[in-house]
Amino acid sequence: MNKEKLLRMYYEMVLIRRVEERGAELYQAGKIGGFMHLYIGQEAVSTGLIAAREPRDRVITAYRDHGVALNCGISANEVMAELLGKITGMSKGKGGSMHMASVEKNMWGGHAIVGGHLPIAAGLALGDQYAGNDNVTICMFGDGATNIGYFHEALNLAKIWNLRVLWVCENNQYGMGTAVERASAVDEIRQKADGYGMKSERVDGMDVMKMYEASQKAIQYVRETSQPFLLEAVTYRFRGHSMGDPERYRAQEEVKKWQENDPIGIFRAYLLKEGVATEAELDSLEEQAQAETDKAVEFAEASPEPGMEELFKDVYVEQDGW
Amino acid sequence: MARITMREAISQALMEEMDRDPAVFILGEEVGVWGGTYAVTKGFYDKYGPERVKDTPIAENAILGAAIGAAMVGQRPIAELMTINFAFSAMDYIVNQAPKLRYMFGGQFKVPMVIRAVGGGGRQLGATHSQTPDAIFAHFPGLIVVSPGTPADAKGLLKSAIRSDDPVLFIEHATMYQVRGEVPEGEYLEPLGKSKIQRPGKDVTIVTYCKGLELSMKAADQLSKEGIEAEIVDLRTLRPLDMTPVLESFKKTNRAVVVEEGWKSYGVGAEVVSRIYEEAFDYADAPILRVAQKEVPLPYNRTLEQAALPQVADIVAAVKEVLK
Ligand SMILES: Cc1ncc(C[n+]2csc(CCOP(=O)(O)OP(=O)(O)O)c2C)c(N)n1
Ligand SMILES: [Mg+2]
Repeated sequence: MNKEKLLRMYYEMVLIRRVEERGAELYQAGKIGGFMHLYIGQEAVSTGLIAAREPRDRVITAYRDHGVALNCGISANEVMAELLGKITGMSKGKGGSMHMASVEKNMWGGHAIVGGHLPIAAGLALGDQYAGNDNVTICMFGDGATNIGYFHEALNLAKIWNLRVLWVCENNQYGMGTAVERASAVDEIRQKADGYGMKSERVDGMDVMKMYEASQKAIQYVRETSQPFLLEAVTYRFRGHSMGDPERYRAQEEVKKWQENDPIGIFRAYLLKEGVATEAELDSLEEQAQAETDKAVEFAEASPEPGMEELFKDVYVEQDGW
Repeated sequence: MARITMREAISQALMEEMDRDPAVFILGEEVGVWGGTYAVTKGFYDKYGPERVKDTPIAENAILGAAIGAAMVGQRPIAELMTINFAFSAMDYIVNQAPKLRYMFGGQFKVPMVIRAVGGGGRQLGATHSQTPDAIFAHFPGLIVVSPGTPADAKGLLKSAIRSDDPVLFIEHATMYQVRGEVPEGEYLEPLGKSKIQRPGKDVTIVTYCKGLELSMKAADQLSKEGIEAEIVDLRTLRPLDMTPVLESFKKTNRAVVVEEGWKSYGVGAEVVSRIYEEAFDYADAPILRVAQKEVPLPYNRTLEQAALPQVADIVAAVKEVLK
């Protein structure tokens, strides 16, 4: 990978972190409402994954979606504006934190029904297969989502129909407060692919380089063989499930242990060790990410709310007010 | 009588019934270690242990199907849906299995279970997480659908629901857990399938339930200052629907407004209004009006969401309209 791309990945990881830290503050200040699920701690997963896709490869994910939205090239301005419910957000302030999408960036959402988007991902791939192209659909979801029927129906369908889907499970060890071993019959989510005759791999999701390499290989496999693949990224969310999680289900020592394993720190050390960049270069990237975040907050705060006409718009294509 | 919150009232009902009957147990997502997403079952896991407070995987079909099966062989499960929006992921069990099994097999067994579900909008959760789809469930014979509007009713109705030999869908409102009211301590039962006058009046009848009751009470206070006395009938149970207090009130006031949080089309109001016209048409002095949610999926933006939800001012305006 060339230097430019490596530094771009570093920049994106830091940008996600900064945008979400500001998001958390704005939430506490009452400027963001509803549910907001932070990606902090998991940045390496989507950063490595999306860096390995071609722009024509589609992306779909769950509600923990700010990070991947930024990785897909949606601007921090738009992400922040959507969080604040402004008309300049990509979902016009009607979707909020859980519903970031940009058709232009081939990012098909943020979906809030656990597992609900997996059959839809199979459908995106079906549409592409039907059209005769070899685009890959990248579908991200949590460990908890692998216990619901949607997951099993979607994996089975993708296999029997040879759909080009890369299933990416972000195993952050918990679905809300339920540890994987309390909810899943097998501890390694990867094993679930076996039941569908599907190839799979388990990868360290805290290391963006490993994530990138595994993703690139998996995407190539899916594209060339027209077979689905399950990639399990082992990761950890540093914050609560959503804002206002009392976190009674995990020990603070466990959280601390993982926080020492910060994906940004790991990547920074790697870049320095490999001589890809100097401390000064990386610091300057961090400053740029901070500046872009500040600018995004200003932009979002200054943006207007959607007008009342938006309430009735887009219920139907055919006619507003039906 | 103690003045407690809706949350405490529901919690009390659950605990009293678990203490009374060992066949009663709870299963659902985050009901145990977490203490319930809305803290309703806080402390239950420590008190009753994992056998009676069962954390489940995220698997709504399995939760409800397993509850049905356990009920068929004599247990009394209380299955919790984290929110009613996830009922759609397990619709088959709620509308196609639980309400039909007894009938279809000639009454050989019963399905004594409760599905607790939290519904309602107003918290900026977006279109898939903000619904008030109560009317859909009330469509199906064999299912009892309850949705309380006061802490006392929540306690009394939930206790009756747990003791009911038929499946009950018990719908709570996410913005009402902090509502306070007088609640009798200990054994206190409210009958299922009975509407109730929550506020006496003579000029107009407001028919409502759950969140609509909270809003209608506020509207009635405002109207009272202008000399209009609204009588509020709380349906409490949507199926079976008890129209007696509604009809009695309407025959007295001759004017009515129906208030519900869900969408107007094919809603609770549609049912209530039809029944009033079928059974008391001659008493009507004005067309009956409905106050309900605008016909849009609920948006995230707070201003738009509030504009879509029924408000106190809408009820006041509708009452004035029917009194014209
Ligand atoms: C069908 C359905 N059931 C329950 C929920 C409530 N819920 C939202 S997120 C979540 C936990 C999901 O855990 P996981 O899939 O591991 O994703 P993570 O939050 O860890 O990223 C639950 C239970 C939901 N949104 N949809
Ligand atoms: Mg998880």
